[in-house]
Amino acid sequence: MKSGKDFLSDQEVRWCPGCGDYSVLKQFTEVLAQMDADPANTVVVSGIGCASRLPYYVNAYGMHSLHGRAPAVATGIKLANPSLDVWIITGDGDALSIGGNHLIHALRRNVGVPILLFNNEIYGLTKGQYSPTSRAGAISKSTPLGSIDHPVNPQTLALGAGATFLARSMDRHPAHLREMMTRAKAHGGSALLEIYQNCNVFHDGAFEAFTDKKTQSDHAIFLEHGQPITFGVDHDKALWLDGQTVRIVSTMERPLSECWIHDETDAMKGFALARMTGEVRPFGVLYREDRPIFEAQVHAAHAQTRSLEEVLALGRTWTVE
Amino acid sequence: MTKIQSHLVVLIAGDSGDGIQLLGSQLIRAAAQSGQDVRTLSDFPAEIRAPQGTVSGVSGFQFQMASEAIFDPGDAADVMVAFNVAGWMKHQGKLKAGGLLLASTDGFDARSKAIAGLPADAEPLADAHSRFQVLEVDFKKLTGEALKDSPLSGKEKSRAKNMTILGLLTWLYSQSAPAMEADLKRQFAGDLGEANILAFRAGYHLGETAEWTAFRREVPQRKAQPGTYKTISGSHAIALGLAAVARQLGRSVLYAGYPITPASDILHELARLRPDGVLPFQAEDEIASVTAALGASFAGSLGATASSGPGISLKGEGLGLAVMMELPLIVINVQRGGPSTGLPTKMEQSDLFQAMYGRHGEAPMPIMAIKRTGEAMFDMVLAAKMAVESMTPVMVLSDAYIANSAEPFRLPDLAGLPQITPPHADVQRLPYARDEHGVRPWITPGTPEGMHRLGGLETEANTGHVSYDAANHQQMIRERAKKVQAVTRFYGPLSVEVGAPTGDLLVVGWGSTYGALRTAVEALRDAGHAVTHVHLKHLFPLHPDLFSFMEGFSQIVVAELNEGQLIHVLRSQTTRELVFLGQTSGQPFGALEVQQRLAQHLSDA
Repeated sequence: MKSGKDFLSDQEVRWCPGCGDYSVLKQFTEVLAQMDADPANTVVVSGIGCASRLPYYVNAYGMHSLHGRAPAVATGIKLANPSLDVWIITGDGDALSIGGNHLIHALRRNVGVPILLFNNEIYGLTKGQYSPTSRAGAISKSTPLGSIDHPVNPQTLALGAGATFLARSMDRHPAHLREMMTRAKAHGGSALLEIYQNCNVFHDGAFEAFTDKKTQSDHAIFLEHGQPITFGVDHDKALWLDGQTVRIVSTMERPLSECWIHDETDAMKGFALARMTGEVRPFGVLYREDRPIFEAQVHAAHAQTRSLEEVLALGRTWTVE
Repeated sequence: MTKIQSHLVVLIAGDSGDGIQLLGSQLIRAAAQSGQDVRTLSDFPAEIRAPQGTVSGVSGFQFQMASEAIFDPGDAADVMVAFNVAGWMKHQGKLKAGGLLLASTDGFDARSKAIAGLPADAEPLADAHSRFQVLEVDFKKLTGEALKDSPLSGKEKSRAKNMTILGLLTWLYSQSAPAMEADLKRQFAGDLGEANILAFRAGYHLGETAEWTAFRREVPQRKAQPGTYKTISGSHAIALGLAAVARQLGRSVLYAGYPITPASDILHELARLRPDGVLPFQAEDEIASVTAALGASFAGSLGATASSGPGISLKGEGLGLAVMMELPLIVINVQRGGPSTGLPTKMEQSDLFQAMYGRHGEAPMPIMAIKRTGEAMFDMVLAAKMAVESMTPVMVLSDAYIANSAEPFRLPDLAGLPQITPPHADVQRLPYARDEHGVRPWITPGTPEGMHRLGGLETEANTGHVSYDAANHQQMIRERAKKVQAVTRFYGPLSVEVGAPTGDLLVVGWGSTYGALRTAVEALRDAGHAVTHVHLKHLFPLHPDLFSFMEGFSQIVVAELNEGQLIHVLRSQTTRELVFLGQTSGQPFGALEVQQRLAQHLSDA
């Protein structure tokens, strides 16, 4: 039986003490051990940023590529060898700003790659500029007066791009994070897993309401397929779909059977969940669908090929004796 | 009596929607098949359907056919076919005095003149009669009559005008009508196919009926090397080359491209031909195409990508990563007129500086140039051999001229292709341990016990771990450079195209100017001048014998289609006086013009 330690490389981990990345690395290596992954068949591809250092610390094949380009690199790897278990490690700046184009195309193609998006709402490695997920008004080194930008919502972006799997988890809930990583891998196609990850140096406490045990139950909804969407201490609150409007109701006043039963395969309801960016947010699998995997389709489409001799003989040829 | 002529240059000009390129390629294929050597030059606007009838919308196709080996599409035209007055206005300066103008009069009417910007009282054809021989035919009417029973729409019928003209040209230049009809039938079916044949026949019979035998020409067959031939374009040849790479490497090639003129045809050809071992992939952008190709090279395929100058700029960061990671990669730049969008359909050699110096950091990589369509396939195999066996990206420079020009190609004996042998993949050795040529192993994911990490951060010698150490950085910079310098072990002899190892004048060129330079140098040699032509296949590292070879000449001219890029590179490495001969007009060198300019140098000396 493998353990998470078997998947750690011999390299010294160099994130800041207290960084949420440590937890993600730990859960990741434990998930690899749990699924009895073959290190020789595992490839971890990243872009640039704090999160993207992760491949160096994993005992597997890895590539720390260019800022934002990990989805394109991973697509090339999967096209060359579809049997490899490829993971993408990225961050909010990497995936949603400089690499936004590659992310949407990997998602819509449904390349067989889980994408672990570490969202800390800040550029950490470049020392504290606001990121595309930073909330409006965020004070950072590049926005001393508060940012003007409306933030990007990774979940609605992914759904709009035609993603086949959207999920969210957090660094400080190891069991949930491991479960989501496992499900993202099991999905088979492009699976976007957004991980709320605390940058304790440049943006400490960004997700505290969702991650702190004292406040978590009132702010974080943990979704379960086929179950009513409830939260709060003793699950005293539930979501209710009033037409197309999401409402928070008390389970004292409204029977659970009338509340919103989570259906991971419902795109419209998945969109409603994805749009919940306020004080109460869903965690778990927001949406999933089955769609053929890109690299398998490409190889099937190119199953019929011609030898070089046949290619040369195509078209109008003539012979000189 | 049909007049025998050893060389014949024909220029066909008309609207970009007239089917000029199709007409031209039909003719040259027939000529090549009947044993003439042919070279072509396409000149078309960047717009798909530029404003109809305007001078800016003119599409041109020039070809030379000859009874001996030729290397360029010829200078002044013996014959010009003008589909319309705009075509004539744009190209009339290229018709030889006394040459033949075949004018489609329906394109010379009042409306056509107005669209082309001529005053109503202009009489371009009347003027032409004073300087040229002119045949006037209303091809639109002739086509309409031939197709009067065809179910095609009037618009479709009028588009068959190029077939009628093809018929007449087939007769005028003594090509086989049955062979041409067979070729047309192979390509077009149904009502369209029938209409094309009817239009073709109408044109062919016109020559006989009108008794234009005096205008008829025959270019005798040359003695071609025995073998099977077809005509190929440069893009087709590069696609064949990538197929040959997969075959010789015994691994797949991932070709990742993004649409850009004039590089897109390589992607089209691979998608159409579907050769064994080559997977074409249209990526979401230029950056994705180079990085996907790099991912494939990491995974054990050979990644290849192509673009034109602007796209190569976008790939620049990826090329730096390829240099740093030391993975094999093929990058093809089908150069066009720049900077920026520039002249997307025109030729230029202005990206040499970009190839040499256009990356961040100390990032050397081998740079090759394709000199002619017929060699492109073998150049690709050599590029891949250097890339794989030296674990380095290799840049191959082509251009719009090579991409679009066609020539007869003798199908090669595949047994003669070199094997491409990947470097060792011994997992007992460290990922960046170097062999005697400075090459690291190629250990690919899936290999047990070979796990390692690559990346853009500086790598520690041998281990490949991240290293910020000053001495290590200096060492790795030099080791990578040394490895690239060592690719000269793959080079053949210096490409001396024509001439002796000593003489009065050495002409040094590179890339697609080969044909014009060779033709010019041969003409000067025929006139008794001691001129030699060297055409560089390797632009970085330069051929080790180049500078010693220069010692044998009193004058050296460097000829290229830019404002002096190769000459700058050469001057940085020699104190020899070098004379520049160049232009950056988006047009190829004319052999005659080069010959005159070189003759001037010889007489000045």
